[in-house]
Amino acid sequence: MSATSTPPGVAVASAPAVSLRGASLAYGPRTLWDGLDLDIAPGEFLAVLGANGSGKTSFLKVLLGLVPLGAGTLAIDGEPARRGSRAIGYVPQQKHFPPDTPLRARDLVGLGVDGHKWGIRLRGRAYRKRVDALLAEVGAASYAKIPVGMLSGGEQQRLRIAQALAPNPKVLLCDEPLLSLDLHHQRAVSALVGRQAKRNGTAVVFVTHEINPILEHVDRVLYLAGGRFTIGTPGEVMTTEVLSRLYGTHVEVLHSHGRIAVVGMPDRVLDGHPEELPGAELQGQP
Amino acid sequence: MNWSDFSHAVFNFTDYAQLLPLFRDSLLAGAILGLVGGLIGTFVMMRDLAFAVHGIAELSFAGAAFALLVGADVIFGSLAGSVLAALLLGVMGVRAREKNSVIGVIMPFGLGLGILFLSLYQGRAANKFGLLTGQIVSVDSTQLSALAATAAVVIAGLVLIWRPLTFASADPDIAAARGIPVRTLSLAFMFLLGISVALSIQVVGALLVLALLITPAAAALQVTAAPRKVVLLSVAFAIISTVGGIMLALGGSIPISPYVTTLSFLIYVLCRGVGAVRRRRGWTVRTPLEAAHA
Repeated sequence: MSATSTPPGVAVASAPAVSLRGASLAYGPRTLWDGLDLDIAPGEFLAVLGANGSGKTSFLKVLLGLVPLGAGTLAIDGEPARRGSRAIGYVPQQKHFPPDTPLRARDLVGLGVDGHKWGIRLRGRAYRKRVDALLAEVGAASYAKIPVGMLSGGEQQRLRIAQALAPNPKVLLCDEPLLSLDLHHQRAVSALVGRQAKRNGTAVVFVTHEINPILEHVDRVLYLAGGRFTIGTPGEVMTTEVLSRLYGTHVEVLHSHGRIAVVGMPDRVLDGHPEELPGAELQGQP
Repeated sequence: MNWSDFSHAVFNFTDYAQLLPLFRDSLLAGAILGLVGGLIGTFVMMRDLAFAVHGIAELSFAGAAFALLVGADVIFGSLAGSVLAALLLGVMGVRAREKNSVIGVIMPFGLGLGILFLSLYQGRAANKFGLLTGQIVSVDSTQLSALAATAAVVIAGLVLIWRPLTFASADPDIAAARGIPVRTLSLAFMFLLGISVALSIQVVGALLVLALLITPAAAALQVTAAPRKVVLLSVAFAIISTVGGIMLALGGSIPISPYVTTLSFLIYVLCRGVGAVRRRRGWTVRTPLEAAHA
């Protein structure tokens, strides 16, 4: 079974939102991943999992066009990846705004609408309409005029999603957007992203170290570890055998009440010398 | 000095009606500088550059002192010093922490150089003092046109980069991901900031530049977060401080900078009070969804 096979439940007809062929990325002698073939269909929700330093964030940077691939090709919506592509929306980790930041909730969303344009905004009606629609989309209308520095982490993340959706992107990249949110907000923000994928057909690439809050929305998992990777549905990837082989040591995957726990994960991923590790055939497992 | 001497030196409004027209150019210069300071101040606050402004001002002072010593144009010297310092900071420090330590190193060096040049200078003592505490009252019409032209360049530059600069200042990571040239914008802004600092030094002097470039914007941020209102209030506060300060200073015998700094300080205190009341009354109350959709 090839890694580029069509994921379950996604229409075959549409061209992939993201297409990687023979992609590799290395920093000096350290290979983060190599020979990655992956198509992400419109509306598909891909979770990118792995320990710290396994190359999750670098994967996002490649998609954003901020870091070039070492080898292979990458197309976003049929075009080569480039910096500032309007086909990509980016939701970063929750970051605290100072309380005196001169932006209200709606202004933060507005940066996604026209923040990249030169000059000052002269005619504002279309802008205001678009911002209102985006605020309503993420359920943030009730705090539209509150300064961003006075909002909770969960509220800020909703605004970031609204901001990222402003150019109607084909791909929504999320970099640990649930970090430092409480359980309630984690669930709400994941549901928002999941709904965006299913309802509006946006492909989602969701980098996280914790799959449980998003488990019900995930179509496929890209699991990175020690210079190797494996791709498949959560059911295929999140098993004791697959992850043990990926990490090169025994880890135990426990399923309980619809949640997944990985036990015995090595503290430090064996990065740097993937060629010494057997099991390069892991790609595309199982 | 007793109280009546003090009040006579500080507030003296005899012959005020005759004095005022004579200072038309100074008042105009004050208004222009208020406009520039208020505009650029909002970005200084957003980018957390208050300390950088102080450091740039000290090097601007060194440049002006050097120009005074060698008989060159003082304003040009101060411009050269501050633009150089601003670009240096723009190139060197990317992270705030790193930036602050670089400024901490540069600032005393600049101030020391300035003191060296001033102590070598044999001319009028008033010239020396003016660099540190301001000398706008002596502005003539040629200087005024030069000032207006430079200010116009700064304002035009700011307007041109306004939106991407706002994005890059509020959220550099996302702005970079969206393809905004964050680093280039940062350098462009430092260049404009360097010019603004050199201009402001003409009014309030190197030591008190923060009163024009920080305090008005900081005061505005206490009472509102709506971007347009912040800019309007910041400019209004800065102009009230400079023009008001000059008008109060006309009859007295002391430099104008204490008036300008006191006015801008009082405005800040007032705004803090208003902001505290606004917060207590529930600035952050969420409107019920029905009301928001209505």
